[in-house]
Amino acid sequence: MNSNEEPKVPIDADAEQAVIDEATRVRRAGHSRRTFLFKVALLANGLVGAVMAVPILGYLLGPASKKASAEESWISLGPIAEFPEGETRLATFRNPITTAWDGQTGDVPCWVRRESGTTFQVFAINCAHLGCPVRWFAESKLFLCPCHGGAYYEDGARASGPPERGLFVYEHKLSGDTLMISAGSMPTLAAKATTSPTLTQIAGAAPFSPGAIPKPRCESCQD
Amino acid sequence: MPRLTETAKSVYQWFEDRLGLGKPILDAVEHEVPESTASWWYVFGSAATVLLVMQVMTGVLLGLVYSPSAGHAWASLEFLDHSVTLGWFLRALHGWGSDFMIAIVLIHMAQVFLFGAYKFPRELTWIVGVVCLLLTLGMAFTGQVLRFDQDSYWGLGIGASIVSRVPLIGGALVKLMLGGPIIAGPTLTRFFALHVFIIPGLLIAMVGVHLWMVLRLGINEWPMPGRLVSKTTYTRDYHKLTKETGIAFVPDAAWKDAIFAAAIMLSVMACAFFFGPFGPTGQPDPTIIQTAPKPDVAFLWIYAVLAYLPPSLETPVLFIAPVLGIGAMLLLPLFSPQGEKHWSRRPIAVLMVAVIAVVLGVFTHLGTYTPWSPIMDAWTSDPVPVRYLHNRTPLERQGALVLQNKQCRNCHAVGGSGGLRGPALDGVATRMTEDQIFRQVLQGGGNMPAYGNSLSPAETKALVRFLSTLNTENEPKAIDASRDLVTTLPDSASPARVQ
Repeated sequence: MNSNEEPKVPIDADAEQAVIDEATRVRRAGHSRRTFLFKVALLANGLVGAVMAVPILGYLLGPASKKASAEESWISLGPIAEFPEGETRLATFRNPITTAWDGQTGDVPCWVRRESGTTFQVFAINCAHLGCPVRWFAESKLFLCPCHGGAYYEDGARASGPPERGLFVYEHKLSGDTLMISAGSMPTLAAKATTSPTLTQIAGAAPFSPGAIPKPRCESCQD
Repeated sequence: MPRLTETAKSVYQWFEDRLGLGKPILDAVEHEVPESTASWWYVFGSAATVLLVMQVMTGVLLGLVYSPSAGHAWASLEFLDHSVTLGWFLRALHGWGSDFMIAIVLIHMAQVFLFGAYKFPRELTWIVGVVCLLLTLGMAFTGQVLRFDQDSYWGLGIGASIVSRVPLIGGALVKLMLGGPIIAGPTLTRFFALHVFIIPGLLIAMVGVHLWMVLRLGINEWPMPGRLVSKTTYTRDYHKLTKETGIAFVPDAAWKDAIFAAAIMLSVMACAFFFGPFGPTGQPDPTIIQTAPKPDVAFLWIYAVLAYLPPSLETPVLFIAPVLGIGAMLLLPLFSPQGEKHWSRRPIAVLMVAVIAVVLGVFTHLGTYTPWSPIMDAWTSDPVPVRYLHNRTPLERQGALVLQNKQCRNCHAVGGSGGLRGPALDGVATRMTEDQIFRQVLQGGGNMPAYGNSLSPAETKALVRFLSTLNTENEPKAIDASRDLVTTLPDSASPARVQ
């Protein structure tokens, strides 16, 4: 607008004002048009983002959406002759779902207790407290956890310490002379709480329910 | 020489004309700070930043060799330690740098808390700082996972077990965390992505924001008792403090930062050189169960707390306590943005820092020797002290053998060796009568399993007889007064006779 002030030639003020108004109107119209287009562009990018989010979230949440039943399958622990009656032995199996780069982590241990004849119990290695590997002590007939001192009796029932329940138990069956268990995912409290049919509570006990959790003998004397 | 200087200047000017970064950077480093802040108390933030830079550098260098594959990660760490020139030193720098960084960040946090630095106008600086602390701890945890050994494997198991306790979606969260049904290849790769891309990216961005705000709002002046922070006057007063009596940050104040950062770096290098890298411990093979997993030092206190919580409180505490704790830290500056800054007039603040430091220290110390854990091989080597076998009957000596064989010492110490889970058995006869020991052994209780099924009657008898002899010379054995009363009743004419 400064350039309009330079020439001292007297011109019609109204005409000058009309020119200015026209220029302003055109500029404003252009601005409003570009603002609108920018909003359209933002909307388009928002849509692209929303569409992109679908595969990204699907990819990220993929592992969580798998059904437990799809990951569990029957695995052989070997002939039952390998498990002497009245003893509890460590057995290992290759997880049914692995990747080529799993290495040793694809091998999973478990405790097999052969009570007598064809009566078995197969316990997960993971402590029901925080998943550390429990060890069997044959003389004192206890499973002990090295992390926080959870202890379980030979039948997997909670004996003492911080666990709020007994050891996790794999479902098992005999196929001829072979001991089979249903396994595939890491046993945790959540895997149990879904009452998946493949993993059951300690044999002989009532099915798992929150009321059935064995209470510690003395809740105030945790030491 | 003058011509060389001229050339250098013109080269600098050529870049400066195009980049325009030199002047703002010079202005930033030379900005005025209150004279009182040129103090050894103000050096921790810059030291933490220097450590972060070192962690990024050593991390990138380790990334040249490390293989984030569950099948090969452990071997690549061994390769770094033994076959790559100075690979062990780089691993040690990165590991010790991590411990130093957490320590310095915590000290920095305590200092700015005690100096009231979180008050107006630096509330957001504090909040971003809390986020930086959480990200630093996130780096420490994910870094411990990348050291893919037994501790790492079972540490992931502990993490998954904690996550599994989340109501309703716990199972899905476990799989999300592990990247599959078990701890395996996909678990390591996602923790690698977290440790190398996601968390460091966030951390560097947050540290950048934190520093920007320190520059923009100015460093907190040394607090004076009675000089209260008020939103109406603070900015004007602070401006006076910097513009009229302030000193240039570089070099007048920064020389202390530089010296301290150098001392910290030297300490990290010394620790790395003399103590070497952390681990790796045994191979991440879950079928090797002869292991007592333990987290790194920054998380030992959590490990200890998890041992002491009663089972019924564990899940609620696990999920409510962190929300309350982190929430309190984040909201602190919003609830007290004004008022007194000086520690001498904030006794509760001083008390809180002291209590938190003592609590963390005590739990960390307990975590170093885990008194709650049975000693898994205690029975194999430690003999029963000879003095406990003198003048004992054959039955009592047989009992000592039962004590040894039945692994009682995994939890109970005798003669100073054995587990700390249960009480030491020296002097047990002064606390319990024979009947009480019988009951305790057979039925358990008070956190002791019942041994009724694993001991024969003969073994039980021998064991209890042996334990009943364990009283020191000057302390009499425990007696059951009522039994004495009952057995003496028929002989006595008076039922009121009491011994």
